[in-house]
Amino acid sequence: MSATLLSVQTLNGLQLGVLLFLVAAGLTLVFGVMDFINLAHGVQFMIGAYLAAMFTALTDNFFLGLGLALPAALTLGLALEWLVFRHLYARDHLDQVLATFGIILFLNQAVKFVWGAAPLSVPVPTLLSGSIQLMEGLRYPIYRLAVIGAGIAVALLLSLLVSRTRIGMLVRAGAANAPMVSALGVDIGRLFMLVFGFGAMLAGFAGAMVAPLVSVEPGMGDNLLILTFVVIVIGGIGSIRGAFIAALLVGLVDTLGRAFGPLVLRLFLDASAASQAGQALAPMLIYILMAAVLFVRPAGLFPVRR
Amino acid sequence: MKIWDKGFTRGIRGGFLAAVVLAALPAGAAAQEKVRIGLLTTLSGPAATLGQQSRDAFLLAVKTLGGKLGGLEADIVVVDDELKPDVAVTRARGLVERDKVDFVVGPIFSNILIAIHKPVTDAGAFLISPNAGTSNFAGRQCHPNFFVASYQNDQNHEVMGKYAQDKGFKKVFLLAPNYQAGKDSLAGFKRHFKGEIVGEEYVPLNTADFSGELAKIAAAKPDAFFTFMPGGLGVNLVRQYHQAGLASTIPFLSAFTVDESTLPAQKEAALGFFGGSNWAPDMKNAQSEAFVTAYEAAFGTVPGSYAMHGYDAALLIDAAIRTAGGKVSDRNALRAGLRKADFTSLRGDFRMGANHYPVQDFYVVQVVRRPDGKYATSLRQKVFDDYVDAYAKDCQMRAN
Repeated sequence: MSATLLSVQTLNGLQLGVLLFLVAAGLTLVFGVMDFINLAHGVQFMIGAYLAAMFTALTDNFFLGLGLALPAALTLGLALEWLVFRHLYARDHLDQVLATFGIILFLNQAVKFVWGAAPLSVPVPTLLSGSIQLMEGLRYPIYRLAVIGAGIAVALLLSLLVSRTRIGMLVRAGAANAPMVSALGVDIGRLFMLVFGFGAMLAGFAGAMVAPLVSVEPGMGDNLLILTFVVIVIGGIGSIRGAFIAALLVGLVDTLGRAFGPLVLRLFLDASAASQAGQALAPMLIYILMAAVLFVRPAGLFPVRR
Repeated sequence: MKIWDKGFTRGIRGGFLAAVVLAALPAGAAAQEKVRIGLLTTLSGPAATLGQQSRDAFLLAVKTLGGKLGGLEADIVVVDDELKPDVAVTRARGLVERDKVDFVVGPIFSNILIAIHKPVTDAGAFLISPNAGTSNFAGRQCHPNFFVASYQNDQNHEVMGKYAQDKGFKKVFLLAPNYQAGKDSLAGFKRHFKGEIVGEEYVPLNTADFSGELAKIAAAKPDAFFTFMPGGLGVNLVRQYHQAGLASTIPFLSAFTVDESTLPAQKEAALGFFGGSNWAPDMKNAQSEAFVTAYEAAFGTVPGSYAMHGYDAALLIDAAIRTAGGKVSDRNALRAGLRKADFTSLRGDFRMGANHYPVQDFYVVQVVRRPDGKYATSLRQKVFDDYVDAYAKDCQMRAN
């Protein structure tokens, strides 16, 4: 194990972390502010990727495609909120889970209907297509660095928005006590809609950002959704800061665990057993992390005070 | 209300008509025998492109033969197995029990094959696989009513192992998804490769980001890299392998990873990558060239081996019925016809082995950009000639 390999894997972990954060930010707000479980949040990630793929193909420019995909993802999020989700806020969690699960099935099929079942691909924008030499034999793509940068920039922007603006104050107040905010004369329905649309757009942004890295295909958001729930539970539901820290933690633990778990185990076991056990343990690590965090802090790392 | 009413009565009338026709069928069938075929492939989910290629090519073959197979009018029912074994079993039962098909052609995936094998063969129908060829049915569990038009699953991996050995690669890094087919794949590769394995990694089936594995490959500095990453997995791996700059330094050997079903998404990232196959769209023979031209004209995409196997499955059935003298009800005659396999395969050299798996040639193929800008695999060199799979010796085939 060399220091360069460690730094490359750390970068990989960071990149997974910021992606998780972009999706988790919307989810934690929706869950925290509205007490609404939205399983369909992963689908909005997928929609963002498809929209970016479509607009990039149409305009022949990734940045233009991204610029068009964001408002489209926002519109779609608002439309879904208006058509489906707002009728579910008052109902219990089981109804919400069932309805949003239905949305997953519906949109996964709809995507197949519109764009076909074959995976789509988005070329890496030429401006960011190069790579830099990080270790012998491995060049790290600049685009991946750009994803990390963009994720951190969005996180900063979001924290400013939440902690320094009036709308952010309302969102924080809503997360702490929604009926009281409503009683003080704030149109809570509109606030919910705004939060929801914004969350959908962030998830769409994450999807658009990964489109040049992974294949855009139906169901691509479903796997991410589970990780995202782990993130918001670790971070404390409703907390943006918690989501950021937890996302980076999960990204790093997952990536480094996969990369170095077998190496660490080799200190105690022989090579083939270490590789076997390491591969079995690596996917479990984040759940072990979650259990450990919940054991010490049952409401997550940064619980929202109620 | 009126429209609904009209539709309703028409529905009743139509149903009545169908009942009359159905009742009259046995008499009609005696005069003009028909062949009934159930096409069961994966038509939904991320892997749907594979099933679509197979189905499209099979139907194209029947169309080319004038809507007939072996001179008999072909009745074809197409069903989707949804890549779920339980759904596939229900649909397969429906085909043999309700539709009374003579042949079930399918499926694409091995887990589906294992699920539908018994219901179909128990009902006395023939099962023709246009893709999946598991080791159990090639060996001890070989069955007189089961035929494979494609290959035994291990063979494409063995091609790459043999190629790596012949090329003199000393150190190879292996990567596969963590499930049965992934483990079989690497075992198949190792059957002919005797050099050092510097890394053998298994990743979850839903992996989208391979950056961690790519860093390990770069650190291990192998002479070559071998992988089995079907479908979307392969699209991600190939593009990221290219982006990480490994494509120019470490040769990329693969099976079911760079083919015509994934190349439209991989494009230039896959250029120069190697695969093992029994066919490529640029194979030089008249029947293959005609097929590729017709397929591209009809569907606008380059056919892959999934399509070729679908087409050959139709030709195989056509030849079997012809050999049996058009008597579909005579199962023994049909079986003799399937064993004889008296047709000109798109892949040229082809015969049916004793275990009902093909005996054929295997090649190394490489991804190229064709003059028209589309990406396709291209034959490079023959690795195995008249290759019999490793399990055939365990098969004691019953006569019927």
